[in-house]
Amino acid sequence: MTVVQPARKTPRFADTQIEMAHGAGGTASRRLVEGLIAPYFSNPILQAFTDAATLPLGNVKIATTADGFVVRPLRFPGGSIGELAVNGTLNDLAVSAARPIALMATLILESGLPTSALESEIEAMAIAARKAGVSIIGGDTKVVEHGKADGMYVSTFGIGTVDERATLDPASVRPGDQVLLSGPIGAHGITILLARGDLDLDADLTSDTRPVWPFIEALLERCGAGLRWMRDPTRGGVATSLNELVRGSAFGIALFEERLPMHPAVRGACELLGLDPLHIANEGQFLAVVAPEYAEAALTAVHGVPGGEGATYIGEVRAEPRRRVIGINGFGGTRVIDMLTGDPLPRIC
Amino acid sequence: MKYVDEFRDPEVISGVAREIARTVDPARHYRIMEVCGGHTHSIYRHGLRDVLPENIELVHGPGCPVCVLPTGRVDDGLTIAAFDDTILTCFGDMMRVPGTKGTPLELKARGADIRMVYSPLDALRIAEQNPTKRVCFFAIGFETTAPSTALTILRAQALGITNFSVFCNHVTIVPAMRAILDSPDMRIDGFVGPGHVSSITGCRPYEFVARDYGRPVVVSGFEPLDIMEGILMILHQLHAGEAKVENQYGRIVPWDGNPPALRAMETVFELRPYFEWRGLGFISQSALSIKPAFAAYDAEAIFEIPGVRVTDPRGAQCGEVLKGVLKPPQCKLFGTECNPEHPIGALMVSSEGACAAYYRYALHAEAVEA
Repeated sequence: MTVVQPARKTPRFADTQIEMAHGAGGTASRRLVEGLIAPYFSNPILQAFTDAATLPLGNVKIATTADGFVVRPLRFPGGSIGELAVNGTLNDLAVSAARPIALMATLILESGLPTSALESEIEAMAIAARKAGVSIIGGDTKVVEHGKADGMYVSTFGIGTVDERATLDPASVRPGDQVLLSGPIGAHGITILLARGDLDLDADLTSDTRPVWPFIEALLERCGAGLRWMRDPTRGGVATSLNELVRGSAFGIALFEERLPMHPAVRGACELLGLDPLHIANEGQFLAVVAPEYAEAALTAVHGVPGGEGATYIGEVRAEPRRRVIGINGFGGTRVIDMLTGDPLPRIC
Repeated sequence: MKYVDEFRDPEVISGVAREIARTVDPARHYRIMEVCGGHTHSIYRHGLRDVLPENIELVHGPGCPVCVLPTGRVDDGLTIAAFDDTILTCFGDMMRVPGTKGTPLELKARGADIRMVYSPLDALRIAEQNPTKRVCFFAIGFETTAPSTALTILRAQALGITNFSVFCNHVTIVPAMRAILDSPDMRIDGFVGPGHVSSITGCRPYEFVARDYGRPVVVSGFEPLDIMEGILMILHQLHAGEAKVENQYGRIVPWDGNPPALRAMETVFELRPYFEWRGLGFISQSALSIKPAFAAYDAEAIFEIPGVRVTDPRGAQCGEVLKGVLKPPQCKLFGTECNPEHPIGALMVSSEGACAAYYRYALHAEAVEA
């Protein structure tokens, strides 16, 4: 019997044990996936490390994605684990320019979970799926002992068809391109943090969980050819998504910090706790890199969809400094904006 | 946001920057130490280097609580977590500080009950909720955090909570400043003085710096405008040939400090004869211990703590960086073996650590290449 030898280009994952930071979506998650998991499964589709895997099927291009949800608490202002499990997976398809077709869901339930709590989540999933116009066509249910799953975990798998009006490819991004953000950042992560109640802080804030497909659909209709790259900045936030884009590229990104939209409560909580809102998770936003000649049309398209009024350009692609995301503030001070390291807010989705 | 926006106003900051540019003597090199890690963080977070003249050199001071804690004390604290039925609590900054056998976070992943708290009162609450466990708070910090530890011990006593203790590592800023001033490497022209420490101690404790060493001290806040204004005030003193203590941070810092907080500290703590600081070595009367009257809350009296001394990892030059002798990128390990994900020294851990601030935010030639 031959032993499977992982194909490695990236450094081997050297950490001796798994820690919470490996699930936080930042540098540690990346090292785990690229240094340990991907080398074993090595194949060109996986190696692209996109939000959804795309593969040709007959004469259509299919996009597939899977996502696990372990958020604590199960319900929080503005959403719940069930709704997140639907929207999160749909959004991974959407930013791959894929129109969702169907979802499958696996439920891992803890013995002792009240039926009413489960039913609430099933209902939340059904409502979210109906709103998005997709069906949940199958799945699996498992039960584990009391104390093993914090009530419930949900895993969803989504499939969609890629809309060929856009060709998304990080290699097509070039200096002068504009960075579009769909709305205020950090609401989801901070809402979860406050909902845990460990901080004795209250704020009038709700999670931003929502499907982003309506905005993407509008973009595809108005200026599909101008879209170069899209991402939903969930764990690790906007900073991590943009750093993933500039890694290994021939360009950098400059963000104008004064333009970053955020709820005052998000800003206040981040100031108080020493967090960078650019590292905080979002569940209803997307980033798009748009060719400059399409910039105006793209913004108009998103503004025209209800809920898209807060969209704005937050930065631009620049030739220098290469492979860096930098922030420029109102008086011309600059700083590096790095990926998330460590684990400021565990289990937010 | 009130108290933030007005101190980050681009026009006002640009105005002070122009004023600084007009004030500096181009023929002169200025070395100004920002004492607090909070200042260092803010300087890089807001890119203040970009708006300061090149002949103003900012030297990062020792005011970062986790940075000055020697590895031996980290190890000592972590032995507490190994006792049965014990919960060790600490501030988030401590969670990633490496001890010899790993960081608190790594020990936690291996099963130790170590919990992050935002306040010592949270630790006391954990003690109340877990009456069968012994709950210890790993206390660190300067005068900024010492009063809250003192008040928590007083509250524990008032509530009759007996399963709560404190592993006290509180230090005081003045002896550290004196050690730097007495160091033969010392070439500092003036100090951006501690902001939050001074909200407790007031400004008087720094008078010796002006009087005995002839160096200006301007107690300053942490917003970009505060630091810029503090630097400008130091320049004005230097050019007038003066050395005095001034208070830029009047909105937070009363000249005479916070008497109730000082009283709480005095009730609970006493000065240790000496204490080890990372990089600065043993400094006499530079740290606080819990008075014998409160021994029931003193982890060092309750637990058997080895009291180890551990030298810094080979090659790490944390001490030189802490004293302001080296800039972080001049350390041999900076950005290679030592980075925020795998910190070797505490200066790479805390958001107030000079190395972490450099690594995360600095975009200049000193910055590490990606």
